[in-house]
Amino acid sequence: MIDLAVKVVLALFVFFGVLNLAALHTWLERKQSAVIQDRVGANRASILGWRLMGLFHPLADSIKMFTKEDIVPAGADRILHTLAPVFSVFFALVTFAAIPFGDRFLLGGRVIELQVAKINVALLYIFAMLSLEVYGVILAGFASRNNYALLGGLRATAQMISYEIALGIAVVGVIMIYGTMDLQELVRGQGQNLAGWIPLWGIVVQPVAFVVFLTAALAETKRIPFDLPEGESEIIGYFVEYSGMKFGMFFLADFLETILVACLATTLFFGGWQVPYLTSSGFQFPWGATLPVSQPAYVLLGVVSFSIKVVIFCVLFMQLRWTLPRFRYDQLMRLGWLGLFPIAVVNVLVTASALAFLKR
Amino acid sequence: MAVKVLRRRDLTVWEKLYIPQIASGLKVTTAHLLRNLLLHSAHRLGLLQNRRAAVTFQYPEELRPLAPRFRSRHRLTVRDDGTPRCVGCMLCETVCPAHCITIVAGEHPDPNVEKYPVRFDIDLGVCVYCGYCVEVCPEDAIRMDTGILDVAAYSRDAMKLDIHELMNPSLRKPLTACMLEFPHECRLAGGEVSTRDHQRRN
Ligand code: SF4
Ligand code: SF4
Repeated sequence: MIDLAVKVVLALFVFFGVLNLAALHTWLERKQSAVIQDRVGANRASILGWRLMGLFHPLADSIKMFTKEDIVPAGADRILHTLAPVFSVFFALVTFAAIPFGDRFLLGGRVIELQVAKINVALLYIFAMLSLEVYGVILAGFASRNNYALLGGLRATAQMISYEIALGIAVVGVIMIYGTMDLQELVRGQGQNLAGWIPLWGIVVQPVAFVVFLTAALAETKRIPFDLPEGESEIIGYFVEYSGMKFGMFFLADFLETILVACLATTLFFGGWQVPYLTSSGFQFPWGATLPVSQPAYVLLGVVSFSIKVVIFCVLFMQLRWTLPRFRYDQLMRLGWLGLFPIAVVNVLVTASALAFLKR
Repeated sequence: MAVKVLRRRDLTVWEKLYIPQIASGLKVTTAHLLRNLLLHSAHRLGLLQNRRAAVTFQYPEELRPLAPRFRSRHRLTVRDDGTPRCVGCMLCETVCPAHCITIVAGEHPDPNVEKYPVRFDIDLGVCVYCGYCVEVCPEDAIRMDTGILDVAAYSRDAMKLDIHELMNPSLRKPLTACMLEFPHECRLAGGEVSTRDHQRRN
């Protein structure tokens, strides 16, 4: 019973944390683009004269989305048309269950892992859910009874499936090195130090995999520079027939995926909740100094460290999104199949050889 | 027909690698981001006010600086005794390409002045802001230097300026009381303004 309660609390924590971060993304997107482009950005929504740098705009947006008319095109499949955005958001949300955001801590004699679901093949689970997300996209295109939406859906499907392969193979190198698919164990494995002072994070041992992973993962999120499936302003995407909150849900799914990719990149390559030189007994600096840290503080530091890394990645993605132009479709496919895929395979081979050589 | 073949320069290996190009792009955007973030924060603290962080003018609160020659809403210049400088010569009404000026001249008590406008209307809904009226005026009686840009109204009728608003640019519709001391035609003073002139011309 108590176990269940703990899980519910953890799940709600992750759920609200992620959804709020997604809402903040709309703010970040506007403001960051504005600051990059020497503008001011949306700042007019106010409550009692308080504007708070436009922080109320996500609120105003959601009110607008919910109160807008929801149009289902004549001849469209009503059920699938409604299900598609639900699928998109659902599968994007459930993936977060497997992300560890802190170390285990002891409370009243029980060990609580700061992770909603402890799955020993968490990575496989995440990739499975990511693949299922394709359904939301292809259903949206299919159920709209609109040829352009269908084409957009097909573009999206082709893109996501192509890049999932590179994504999966890029991660294999990391799995081989840390020898586990359990993300919590994988993060613990990144707690050692190389030569005493470099934290042995995934980026240190698998830099090539990191670049491939980041590129492929950005393509998975269907955002610029890989936004060919959507291109809402000029090329027509799979959600052209959506309005109101259903449209908002596709956008939400995009933001959720961005956050998911940020979480995955943090977990796999940047030590998850690890703080450099912090062990469960306290800081142990390479120059010999130590600083004891109590257990709750240690767990809290881990959660904070994880959050900071995720936010940094979100900002970085946003920066990329406002820097790069969109790929052409053939360039996109070429990059996926002739660029990332071979690089990832070679990376796996090199990693395997190196591991075999070192073990001998 | 001569065919001109444009050969695009092939990308160098460095450019094809793409990652260095991404890095250089990121350098540009990040430089802007950091510079503007720094300036915005400094402005919050009241520092570096003379350096703008954004090119945006927050319009209703902050107005764009206007060039000195900028043509904005008209006004009629005023003599020391509070009467319009205009002598009712009708040159502006004649030159106006949009036919949007209506003048009714009356006799001025001073024989050296001869005439003054009893009525002076400009229909801003028709005016093309060409500035000919200002150029042609022999008395420097009409100018377009009020700096008023937000000319907007809910009806065509409200776009018509009469002599009150032209002589006192700070007045806004609806006008409640007539403040002009000299005899003139206006609705506020009880008289009815005829639209005969306009109907005749159109
Ligand atoms: S600016 Fe041009 S159009 Fe307008 S009133 Fe003067 S002459 Fe007529
Ligand atoms: S040209 Fe000048 S003086 Fe003549 S009627 Fe027009 S404003 Fe009056």
